[in-house]
Amino acid sequence: MFESLTQRLSKVLGGLTGGGRLTEKAVDEALEEVRAALLEADVHFRVVRDLIARVREQAVGQEIVKSVSAGQMLVKVFSDELVGMMSSEGEPFTFAGGRPTVVLMAGLQGSGKTTTTAKLAHWLRTEHRRKPLLVAADIQRPAAVDQLKILGEQIDVPVFHVPGEPPEVLAELALAEAKRTGRDTVLVDTAGRLHIDAELMAELSRVRERVTPDTTFLVCDAMTGQDAVRSAEAFQQTLPLDGVILTKLDGDTRGGAALSVRHVTGAPVAFVGVGEKIEDLQRFHADRLVSRILGMGDVVTLVEKAQEHVDEQEAERQMKKMLEDEFTLEDFLSQLKTLQKMGSMKDLMSHMPGMSGLDPAMIDEQALGRTQAVMLSMTPAERRRPSVLDNSRKRRIARGSGTTITVVNQLLNQFEGMRKMMKQLKNQGLFSRLMSRFTGGGLGMGDMAGMAEAAAGGARPGAGGPRPTAGTVNQIDRRKARKKERQRKKQSRKRR
Amino acid sequence: MLKRLFGGLKKTRDSLVVGMRKLLGSDTLDDATLDQMEELLYTADLGPAAADLMDALRKARAAGEVTEPAQVEPFLRDQIVDMLGDDVADTPVGSGPRVVLVVGVNGSGKTTTIAKLAQLLKREGRSVMLAACDTFRAAAVEQLGVWADRLEVRIVKRETGADPSGLAFDAADAAQREDIDVLLVDTAGRLHTATNLMAELVKIGRVISKRIPGAPHEVLLVLDGTTGQNAIAQAREFKQAVAVTGLVVTKLDGTAKGGAVVSIRRQLDLPVRFIGLGEGADDLERFAPAAFVEALFDG
Repeated sequence: MFESLTQRLSKVLGGLTGGGRLTEKAVDEALEEVRAALLEADVHFRVVRDLIARVREQAVGQEIVKSVSAGQMLVKVFSDELVGMMSSEGEPFTFAGGRPTVVLMAGLQGSGKTTTTAKLAHWLRTEHRRKPLLVAADIQRPAAVDQLKILGEQIDVPVFHVPGEPPEVLAELALAEAKRTGRDTVLVDTAGRLHIDAELMAELSRVRERVTPDTTFLVCDAMTGQDAVRSAEAFQQTLPLDGVILTKLDGDTRGGAALSVRHVTGAPVAFVGVGEKIEDLQRFHADRLVSRILGMGDVVTLVEKAQEHVDEQEAERQMKKMLEDEFTLEDFLSQLKTLQKMGSMKDLMSHMPGMSGLDPAMIDEQALGRTQAVMLSMTPAERRRPSVLDNSRKRRIARGSGTTITVVNQLLNQFEGMRKMMKQLKNQGLFSRLMSRFTGGGLGMGDMAGMAEAAAGGARPGAGGPRPTAGTVNQIDRRKARKKERQRKKQSRKRR
Repeated sequence: MLKRLFGGLKKTRDSLVVGMRKLLGSDTLDDATLDQMEELLYTADLGPAAADLMDALRKARAAGEVTEPAQVEPFLRDQIVDMLGDDVADTPVGSGPRVVLVVGVNGSGKTTTIAKLAQLLKREGRSVMLAACDTFRAAAVEQLGVWADRLEVRIVKRETGADPSGLAFDAADAAQREDIDVLLVDTAGRLHTATNLMAELVKIGRVISKRIPGAPHEVLLVLDGTTGQNAIAQAREFKQAVAVTGLVVTKLDGTAKGGAVVSIRRQLDLPVRFIGLGEGADDLERFAPAAFVEALFDG
């Protein structure tokens, strides 16, 4: 849907390359693009205006560093500025000593408070070995109490509720209950409210006065538009916020609201909700969200996801095999399985820089399933040596996988093409370069474009044979890349 | 009805229109005034529609059509009415129950909207049945059950975790047998990017059509009025999956964002059918463009 900001800026600043200076006119034109991108990402108008003014000052007259385009540089300036704005040091929780810690959850209707409250209880228990008690104090929405009770049951955390009591009394009673039963963290789920509702806001204040929360979270829908500022302001006036939890980030929203909320409340974003399952709550990382807002993809999350599911030694073994031309269908199958563990292709694509604009229809999840079925219908010996496959064997495989011989042949051709590509890559040294980026961590801004390019070439599963990527890498580029790689490694060693 | 609309849009009016009039109280229409104008439009979540409005305004100024500050308001008003398009009538149904499938992302207000719709239809003298096909979210079935009791309408439900398509079929069957006028089908909230959940939605629609040919007659996408530009992506994906016929824009009362309706209407080729203006069962209105603009400007 969105063109990446870097692409857009490259168009505007196309002529400007290394050695030149950013002129006022060029900067203004580029900033207009950035402005549109930020507004498209739902960042509040005023926040955008301030930001643009600050960056303009920094950018005009700056010398363009060699080997990066002016567009990339400007994006970098922005990215740094935004990361600086969003980052925060310290832990999201203050735990009280000697008495149960109280966490108050507030937010607009439908922002995901109740689900998030349960997720947070689960997180506290697994990450901090806390013993949470959930308090169902949303007595407004029909069945909200039931909802929390069911969620509590799922994660095996007790839920406190006394029918007929107002929220502030419920919170107080729950605190006493926690002391009695030895629970050390009390999480209070409150009714969703529209911020103009004075009565419900007063109810929040009453809860606050009675139980003095150690941490107050504002739960905020990541898809919220310009209004995020107004509601955050209203909550901030009623109760001091310690943190913001951004929900529904698993969709394709850019999440610009986070920037607005941070700007007006000063409260850091502590967590992000990234799915419907109870464990789908993560600590917030400013740089990742900024990449997303600026439409640069979220490579770090992708790499982390990969690390979670990929056995490193196994990956290394396969890599070696690939390079030594010993890669078999057996390895291909195991790779495919790993890929599936990481989530849907579409989800993975959404994290890749430059891929967010990809037509979802292009990614055919069913084709992946078919490919797998075909391979599973082969014997291990056949997978190791596909050359033994004659027509009779192919017929058997087609029957076994519910496909046709054409599909089986397609897979074999594709596989052959893949091996050829590996060879090519090996000869160009591109592959090891690409892989070192993945495994080395710390992706620099300049690497992004290259990544996207490489990813775009190889990222069409089931859509014909693989295309050779970046076949024009010349000697100089390679030397440059190696030099850059050495520098980067040096830096990352320093960091450690 | 108009009175409630005026009340519900008060916030938007206060912020957008009052701000605009203050701004246009000056004698000249200079660039600074126009820039401030632009901010007002953007913060009312008009989004790209704001850019269009400003473009049109600047052009009109250059052409000498709008020269005085006093001409700006009527000009914008006409533009917005144009963007909102004409009134839309219900798609006609042959015989048997009219089936309305209600879809949307998590937390947009589907279940509450269904309750309000049921109330509105009852007020119009029609018999209504609810199908609690959100069998995923904890206690969603109970939530709709509470509403069904309050509104005294029939509800078809099963326990949480049951197959929503099977339930939808049963509901269609019951509605057919009991000669119900309108069957409202609630569904689980899903982010439009979740492929398998969108497929489930397609299946629900297909299964219903097996019992009642031509159904669902209407697919309403519920959009949270406070959602930003992502609303466009949502609408596009849902439309692709289940042939959405119209929109319900909720939570317009609490925010200064009545403008979202304009932005949504402009960018999606989908009519806004209903707007939610409050928490009570009565706070849902059929959407009429002219009345909306009137409420927005003349409250």
